[in-house]
Amino acid sequence: MAVTVRLPGALRDATGGETKVEANGRTLADIITDIDRRHPGFRGRVLDESGRIRTYVNVYIGEDDARSKGGTDAPVPEGSEVMVIPAMAGGA
Amino acid sequence: MTLTAALVRERVRGTLLERVGDTPLLPLRRIGTGRRGELWAKLESANPGGSVKDRAGLWMVIDAEEAGRIAKGSVLLDATSGNTGVALALVSAVRGHRLTLVMPDRVSLERKRIAKAFGAELVLSDPLEGTDGAIREAQRLAASDARFVYLDQYSNLANPLAHELTTGPEIWSQTAGAVTHFVAGVGTSGTIVGVSRALRPRGVRIVAVQPDDALHGIEGWKHMPTAIRPPIWDERVADVHMTMATDDAIAMTRRLAKEEGIFTGPSGGAAVAAAVKVARETTGRIVVLIADGGERYLSTPLWE
Repeated sequence: MAVTVRLPGALRDATGGETKVEANGRTLADIITDIDRRHPGFRGRVLDESGRIRTYVNVYIGEDDARSKGGTDAPVPEGSEVMVIPAMAGGA
Repeated sequence: MTLTAALVRERVRGTLLERVGDTPLLPLRRIGTGRRGELWAKLESANPGGSVKDRAGLWMVIDAEEAGRIAKGSVLLDATSGNTGVALALVSAVRGHRLTLVMPDRVSLERKRIAKAFGAELVLSDPLEGTDGAIREAQRLAASDARFVYLDQYSNLANPLAHELTTGPEIWSQTAGAVTHFVAGVGTSGTIVGVSRALRPRGVRIVAVQPDDALHGIEGWKHMPTAIRPPIWDERVADVHMTMATDDAIAMTRRLAKEEGIFTGPSGGAAVAAAVKVARETTGRIVVLIADGGERYLSTPLWE
């Protein structure tokens, strides 16, 4: 199932400059694995060693915070938009 | 630039803003144990707005007043991820100014609510573009409407001047001149640039710390290689440049609460983790700046 994933400028280097990518999968974990297949290292930027969303990263599936929907097990309906953003903005 | 500490004090006499600065300097008795150097923390959460940004916020507003930039109908404007926004909102409330803040959407709920409580109007910018997106939006607003007085904390010389004339001299006085190192993170760079100007001529070594990755969780800090470079930033103000991983910052943030009773945000943990590295390798009195308190991060995963 194809979904659109929007990424922050801070992750551009992990996806070859892309800030919008298409990915396939039923869950958030599937989606991240699919992107990591094409852009090795992406997974480690978003998930920690135990496979959880890093504390300083927020992931939204549509309007829902993925943490409130099961974290990486959260279902990602076909056609939905996934957004990865820094939980802290940086700057001051 | 004509501001002096005496002038700023005079302008805010008899108001809450008189309480900006003169923050405590305390030894880190547990985390500092067994190091070659002594660790002391400057607790900026003691400012009335809860962060180090009260200093720059106050000085930038007084500077705009003194320069005659604020007329009837003017609206102060800045881009901020939070603490500067809270500081400017507090100062504007006390001084009777209107304020618009541009903040990235979907970050740090607490700051948005506090700034609104002080009467600031918020413009939310694209969360995917972070603080740099907020800067670009503030620049667009400032160019489109002459009522805006764009304070621009990243370029405003009153920002480092506040630290040159208050934070630096406070540290010198509180340590009776015994400070040997000053450690702080780089965001706008106002703190490190200003304190360096005050203390480096007196022989203090300046340690500047940045996040180790463009995607990081150290609120208030900038990853300079990938961010819009603040015009006030000058690498030459520091003797040592270090980077810090967010995971190490968070681990130290939690230790500070449990072992020292200091409830801070990730930037406080990051700065102390860097200061510990310095204290492992060198003797002397190492002062580290803890920029804010932990309450502002309760809605984030940091304390879950």
